[in-house]
Amino acid sequence: MVDVHLRGIVKRFGRTIALRGIDLDVEDGEFVVLLGPSGCGKTTTLRIIAGLEKPTKGKVIFGNRDVTYLPPRERNISMVFQSYAVWPHMKVYDNIAFPLKIKKVPKEEIDRKVKWAAELLQISDLLDRYPHQLSGGQRQRVAVARAIVVEPQVLLMDEPLSNLDALLRVKMRSELKKLQRRIKVTTIYVTHDQVEAMTMGDRIAVMRNGKIMQIGTPTEIYHKPANIFVAGFIGSPQMNFIDVTVSEEADGLTLVSEDFKIKLPPDIAEIVKQYMGKTLVMGIRPEHIYPEGFVPSNVKRTARINGVVDFVEALGSDTIIHLNTGSRIIVVKASGTYNTNIGEELTIELDLDKIHIFRKDTEEAIL
Amino acid sequence: MSNEKILLSRGDIIRYYTYRIILAGLVIIAVVWVALPFIMTILYALADPAQYYDPRVIIPTSYTLKHVNQLLILGAYQATINSVIVALITIGFSFLIGLPAGYAFARYRFRGKDSLKLFIVALRMFPMMVIAVPLLVLYFKLGLADTLIGIGLAHTSMALPFVILITSSIIAGVRVDYEEAAMVFGLSRIGAFFRVTLPLALPGLTAAAIFTFIMSWNEVFIAAVLSFQNRTLPAFILNLIAGSTDFIKFAGAFIMVIPALIFVFIAGKYLVRMWGITLK
Repeated sequence: MVDVHLRGIVKRFGRTIALRGIDLDVEDGEFVVLLGPSGCGKTTTLRIIAGLEKPTKGKVIFGNRDVTYLPPRERNISMVFQSYAVWPHMKVYDNIAFPLKIKKVPKEEIDRKVKWAAELLQISDLLDRYPHQLSGGQRQRVAVARAIVVEPQVLLMDEPLSNLDALLRVKMRSELKKLQRRIKVTTIYVTHDQVEAMTMGDRIAVMRNGKIMQIGTPTEIYHKPANIFVAGFIGSPQMNFIDVTVSEEADGLTLVSEDFKIKLPPDIAEIVKQYMGKTLVMGIRPEHIYPEGFVPSNVKRTARINGVVDFVEALGSDTIIHLNTGSRIIVVKASGTYNTNIGEELTIELDLDKIHIFRKDTEEAIL
Repeated sequence: MSNEKILLSRGDIIRYYTYRIILAGLVIIAVVWVALPFIMTILYALADPAQYYDPRVIIPTSYTLKHVNQLLILGAYQATINSVIVALITIGFSFLIGLPAGYAFARYRFRGKDSLKLFIVALRMFPMMVIAVPLLVLYFKLGLADTLIGIGLAHTSMALPFVILITSSIIAGVRVDYEEAAMVFGLSRIGAFFRVTLPLALPGLTAAAIFTFIMSWNEVFIAAVLSFQNRTLPAFILNLIAGSTDFIKFAGAFIMVIPALIFVFIAGKYLVRMWGITLK
């Protein structure tokens, strides 16, 4: 096992810049997820760690070994590909045994290890089938078995679950995570699925346009997003963003939007004070807004906003309310038992301890 | 639903059978078109001369291997061996050069790739007639005139564009992930090519090799110009049968056709795979 460090990785493909300076430290045995929309450079980052691409600038360090220019085979890594890349001309057994055969491991040991990996992934009865005789989920298990059988120092996974159907994906999610805990291998996992990232990662690196926007634990990323992008990318439905101006009113500091005013409690006012007269972006997640009268007892302070119900999505477990406050829509996630109709007037309460405030220019969080 | 009767109108039935009959007719015409020359060649090559010249006999009843034997003794046997050697040399050289080139076209992005591909296609349009004589002069200087390797090299130059383009599309059909997985799991790029990409591309490559073989086997012009003693089969037969009787000509055609036919029967399924079916 080993820790992985990326230092100022830049990657160009001709005229396009795929990565603009990636710094990342993955601890020994940690499960780090690279999360971002397509084209953000997460797969390129993974391929550079694997050695399938060379960075234009920067260093890849495993432990204290600089591996930047080493070919993949000298890095002691494993990879699970999005397409699984299970070799079609070999039986399952030979697919899993192949990396060991190349390393000239004795035959009995290969056999023992293949059986161990197959058992771990519950594919023992598939060993003498060909890949085309397997389902997508089974092929995926073969790919994972092949990846862990060599006991790699670093395990790389490139959207391994994206080709599975929804049910299987949820099942494999927890299985992969449990497997990783069990064999304690340093893992770097690429996905564009925020739920996958939140449930599997010890830490998540959210990427955009070839840059890491924030690295943190799932809780940190969710509760303390560093900027508007991360705040908007994590969470479903998306966080509400509202342009507000800071102004001093008779009863204290207030955030003024087109449709409503929010009087700030002293602790928040203290932080926002320096932006007096400037436009900021206030963010609040739909799940931190409640219809009037439905505020849980642990929420201490709220701000009220009036509006008209514009649209209702009854999802069963939740009811998503689109509230028109005059010039904009605020999305509210209420409990599934809550009932309302389009056109009704509604007062909502924002949990003031859960609001986020970002600078309009840099999009960085100040609260 | 199942016991409901499906009623067809008379018109539907007539239309259905008319369609079937026309289709069958077209297939018969196509088969006759292709097969009849082969059948005639084989029949007349083996026919007794007496019956061949008898206007009352269409399908001969007595057969002899005399003419074929004569041709073989006169040099067709040696020429067949020469042809095979030339074809193998052609396959060897054209794959030695063409396979790496095809791999590069399939796997790498580089400046001028498309123009280079176009240039390779354009090479095919260059008429061999124009370079045949200068080539012979050059071959004399190099000591390659009238050698099998000389003809093989000339055939290689003809086959190479085809080999490059077809191998590049065959290799592009093998997903790069397979190769990258092999590299991650311990092989070099060359190792990954031989252990993973090559086995997966093999059916297609075999087909390409067979096609190259047939190309060389059939080529007569360059072979006839560049050789005098060591002729390949087509060149030999072209030379020999010009002044011969008809049944000797048929015997010549027979000797030309039989190996190619055997080859195509064996290669048939691979050819289908090369042209029609994607590699999985």
